[in-house]
Amino acid sequence: MKHLKGINQKAARIEAYVAYEATEAKSSELEVVGLEGKPPHEKEGPHFPLGCSLVFFPGWEADQQGGTAGLCQPVERDLFDCHLSCFWPAHVPDQLNHAEDWTGQCASAQKDWRKLDLIFP
Amino acid sequence: MNPPLATASESLALREFHAFEAHGARFLYMVPSAGIFRMDGPSVAILDALEHGPRSAESIVRELSGEYATDQIMETLAELTEIRAIGDVDAPKQQVPNDLPPAGFPLTTMVLNVTNKCNLACTYCYEYGEDKIVDTKYGKAPKFMSEQTAEESVEFLLEESRGQEVAHLTFFGGETLLNFPVLQKTVAYARRRAAEEGKRIEFSLTTNGTLLRPEIIEWLADHQIGVTISIDGPKEVQDGLRVFHNGKGTYDVVQPKIKELLRVHRTRPIGARVTLTQKNMDVLEIFRHLTEDMGFWEVGLAPVTTQDQRDYAITPEGKDSMLEQFEILAEEWLQCAIRDEHHGFSNVKDTLEEIHKGVSKAYGCGAGLGLMGVATDGDVSLCHRFAGSPEHTIGSVTDGIDRDVQNKFLEDHHIASKTDCHTCWARPICSGGCYHEAHVQYGESSHANLHYCTWVRSWTHTCLEIYGALAQKNPKFLERFDA
Repeated sequence: MKHLKGINQKAARIEAYVAYEATEAKSSELEVVGLEGKPPHEKEGPHFPLGCSLVFFPGWEADQQGGTAGLCQPVERDLFDCHLSCFWPAHVPDQLNHAEDWTGQCASAQKDWRKLDLIFP
Repeated sequence: MNPPLATASESLALREFHAFEAHGARFLYMVPSAGIFRMDGPSVAILDALEHGPRSAESIVRELSGEYATDQIMETLAELTEIRAIGDVDAPKQQVPNDLPPAGFPLTTMVLNVTNKCNLACTYCYEYGEDKIVDTKYGKAPKFMSEQTAEESVEFLLEESRGQEVAHLTFFGGETLLNFPVLQKTVAYARRRAAEEGKRIEFSLTTNGTLLRPEIIEWLADHQIGVTISIDGPKEVQDGLRVFHNGKGTYDVVQPKIKELLRVHRTRPIGARVTLTQKNMDVLEIFRHLTEDMGFWEVGLAPVTTQDQRDYAITPEGKDSMLEQFEILAEEWLQCAIRDEHHGFSNVKDTLEEIHKGVSKAYGCGAGLGLMGVATDGDVSLCHRFAGSPEHTIGSVTDGIDRDVQNKFLEDHHIASKTDCHTCWARPICSGGCYHEAHVQYGESSHANLHYCTWVRSWTHTCLEIYGALAQKNPKFLERFDA
């Protein structure tokens, strides 16, 4: 960098990272990768494609008695699971475009779900 | 190679950072990465141009074209984008995922509460005073840690320190020296076992100094035990709150013993640890007394942990005065550092080390992860301040850590869960602060310490200015923090 001078150790790491990214981008063309393959920058470890059908949460909708008292996931999880871990936005505010702070005060759904408010257009 | 820069007509906006100045230069403290960059003319001009809201790269180039060449401005825009000081106005905010630390995270410091008994009755004590969380008097835990529990703790530390070559063992209390025999045996045992495992254990202890005797001092020196003395300052200050059970002040008892300790024990630096309260706010006088009259190498000062209604709790005005005095000492520290000289104000040194490394904390401190406290019965808790509290116990030295409990704790205390902190620029260093402080203040250890926000931000800003000044005047000095 010419105009910014890294002063502390973390700055040096950021500079090294930026330089690395620049050479990487030059050397390999990034491909569009669907569910079938592994993105080129993920070199090691298993590849988990997106998709809720691959995730199994037992006891989501009803407990073993058919009620909701003994769910192993709190019902509030429903609010999030469809639209955070999946491409399907479900019936929740659009957090990409006009309600980006909808969950700003809700770090943990189990604890803070009361802070999720209605969004008026 | 330039990164994908917003096309000329798209709007650029400032992103998260904290700007500061030192010795005529302007710096950026990046949030949350904690990298520090010094800016040149064009970068300063661009940030100033974006001060009043988003605008296009085109309009910035137009405004600054009299001063700088277009190439230069575009280059600078690219660099500022790379470090994320600026970005597209619609760029999503960076979210911190609540990821658990990698499994097998090593324990580096274990604090052993060798006794929960104390020969003093300091009014503000979190262990015995009005804010205590553990019933130390009638509780189930034994008054003294047995030799066996201490040895089991050493084994626990050796095991949990995993690949680390060096581990730290700190003795704590109650009054640590009330259990001196176990201390001696534990150090001998730990040295032998560490050698067998090809490791090294470093020792330290905290004491009120009342029980120091020549043979203890000699032992501490011979075994290179780091010593921290809890002391509040000159006689009238020390005798105000640091008293024996009969109410008698402790200054006259500890003063000659500490002088003897400082004279004989030269193998490790000896520090003083001061608790500031509303009743002793003369930071400068306390500091001068402890360094100049007493001869301590380092003095660290911390405000008392207590609820607001106590008469010794520091008032908002008190916090302001404390900060002003800290700033005076910090400036002295800087002048010494510029001349490569030592200054004993350890508060600055500790913060500067974190700034130099660029730590960006996910947790307020290492408690329950790299640091743990052991109660007299061998129960392992988050830290020494919680030792003996069943609510904050995460295992025992014999049965090991309950990983589920530990993971639950880590999840609840992660910065991602502290939504109040998410807009604060000081979060890389503070990360919500001390769990024990939060427990006393809000009854919940996972709560962010909101009563200290202004203070933490002011102090961090001061330390950043000192860091910047050193980077300008004596950058070589900063290498001391490299390790």
